Amino acid sequence: MLDTAAFKTLPNAPGVGYKPQHFSQIITQADPVQWLEIHAENYMGDGGRPLAQLRHLAEQFAISVHGVGLSIGGEDPLDPSHLARLKHLISWLNPASFSEHLAWSTHDGHFYNDLLPLPYTDATLNRVCDHIDQLQEAIGRKMLLENPSSYLAFAESTWSEPAFLAEISRRTGCGLLLDVNNVFVSASNLDFSPQGYIDDFPLDQVGEIHLGGHDEDEDDAGRPLLIDSHGRAVVDPVWALLDYTLARCGPKPVLIEWDNDVPDWPVLAAEAHRAADALSGLCEKTCATLPCRPLCPHERFGLAHPCRIRVSGGL
Amino acid sequence: MSNMSKPLAVAGAVAAALSAASVMPAAAGTKEKCYGVSMAGQNDCAAGPGTTCAGTSTVDYQGNAWTLVDAGTCTEMDLPAMADGGKRAGSLEPLERDLPA
Amino acid sequence: MSDLDLPTPAASVSQAAFSHAMMDGSAAVPAGLVDPQNASAGRRFAVYRNNIAVSLTEAMHSAFPVIAKLLGKANMDGLAGLYLRAHPPSSPLMMFYGAEFPAFLEAMPQLNHLGYLGDVARLELALRQSYHAADAAPIAPEALADLSEAELLATKVTFAPALQLLRSKWPLCAIWHFNTLADAPTPQAGAQNILITLPEFDPIPQVLSDAGILWITALQEGASIAEAVARATEVEDGFDLVAPLTLLLQGNAIIGLENKG
Repeated sequence: MLDTAAFKTLPNAPGVGYKPQHFSQIITQADPVQWLEIHAENYMGDGGRPLAQLRHLAEQFAISVHGVGLSIGGEDPLDPSHLARLKHLISWLNPASFSEHLAWSTHDGHFYNDLLPLPYTDATLNRVCDHIDQLQEAIGRKMLLENPSSYLAFAESTWSEPAFLAEISRRTGCGLLLDVNNVFVSASNLDFSPQGYIDDFPLDQVGEIHLGGHDEDEDDAGRPLLIDSHGRAVVDPVWALLDYTLARCGPKPVLIEWDNDVPDWPVLAAEAHRAADALSGLCEKTCATLPCRPLCPHERFGLAHPCRIRVSGGL
Repeated sequence: MSNMSKPLAVAGAVAAALSAASVMPAAAGTKEKCYGVSMAGQNDCAAGPGTTCAGTSTVDYQGNAWTLVDAGTCTEMDLPAMADGGKRAGSLEPLERDLPA
Repeated sequence: MSDLDLPTPAASVSQAAFSHAMMDGSAAVPAGLVDPQNASAGRRFAVYRNNIAVSLTEAMHSAFPVIAKLLGKANMDGLAGLYLRAHPPSSPLMMFYGAEFPAFLEAMPQLNHLGYLGDVARLELALRQSYHAADAAPIAPEALADLSEAELLATKVTFAPALQLLRSKWPLCAIWHFNTLADAPTPQAGAQNILITLPEFDPIPQVLSDAGILWITALQEGASIAEAVARATEVEDGFDLVAPLTLLLQGNAIIGLENKG
């Protein structure tokens, strides 16, 4: 096991999704990035450069392992060999966090390289909870479960997504990964209020926040259909939704995801700087002594003054 | 024709190989080279595909038909149809054929 | 229409039905997938069809860059579209996707005149296997140099997991170089065997003689150096192990020596 004692938890600071083309900049000029997220499956080879790079990065940064292939929502049982691979990775890397998705990706022996949607029913709830229990047992630690981007709904659903996630967390003890861009995308696509979603979300269970860029398409009726592409900068309304969220839950580890058309490092670092601003505006500046910036969350959303509750360690 | 009785030849060859290998430019050994960051954008070319957790707005899902178009560097190489120099049985013309998904 | 005053139960969508409709663009969108007005999801479902088709097509381009260069982007896109439906991944380890692609290419009638494509795809798969292979420390050269003649002849060799061998009736290494190196010459007809080693983190394919590949294969199978030389000499009188051994040493491909019974 690597000695990662210095990085037991993700800091309440900006992180980025790690891309190998950024390796040299990250080890020399990471600021303001303080932690990195990797996709578990890309580090399940037996050796070579991917694992060498990861060992090196883990000496310098807290690492979040983000699985994209376990198919926690799958109707089939969890793949025991994949579970064993996850267990192996987590045991040698000893990362600060492990997360996966409220989604499925494997059916009948085929892995579909995408995060596919689930109906929010009691049957799904039971299955997902069983799988999370099994996973947490296997890896010997608590995981975070991420809310998906939705493009459509299931007529059979009987739960709202925030209530569904809250119940999963309650039953399994897992934490939650709140993807604010996914909330924004789903709210636009399924016609609900993103702020209302955040209000309903069990924010006390959130261990990490994701941000990413999305594309705009349209549905058959010509209504906007947002696609969670991770292929461009985070848009202003999503930054505003981050402020709204942080004002309620306090500072959290905030990750910038950029997976398609990956930019040069300075562009990604600039996104991380913006996340750093959102976090520092929240927890370090006292609005009593400094004039509030235009984005100051408590002003925007008419909340109780956030700064006092933040510095004392959360809500 | 057994050559089990050629120890000197083998020993000499091993010595020659050791010598040849040692005069090759030594592996650079620096961490940057080691981790493959010296060539921007080229460092992961052998890694193959990675995973994704993002969607795409590119529209492409029909994929049940394909017709060969004349393109690529294969048009610049003049190799026979078969490795023995012969032509393969079957048509060399592009087939207009939809293959089942 | 029902006479009962109960709402019609919403259609449930199995993952089998979802998968089938996702992979077959001509299939109907499963009933029960809806938009916010409870109308059929329609084009919204196409997002998933697109995601998988595009992500796996991109995966095939990443996995087989030389095939893509040989055939051009349009052909590679078309072939990937067929392949990803015939052979969707069986594991979330995308790094190893495409194992059936060589045979798939060879079975494609339109590609009959490009007989080498299957072997080129095999080479690209082998390079990836080598790239992701388990790490292993090479022997110090002195370990060989210090052996007596008798010990040397009796020595058995263990190779790095990254070592790969391919036999081809095609000028495989020349085709690969022509498509990956600037100014490489146009390949000429002829068979080439390939040795792949991983001196650091980048796999390197190099040409091996028939006797050279036989010598390494014999060593892999547990023959001593002397026994392996004898086998190689059967196909090439006066076989000289300098060339293949130099490649192995430069490639950090020898990780163990055993010379006591």
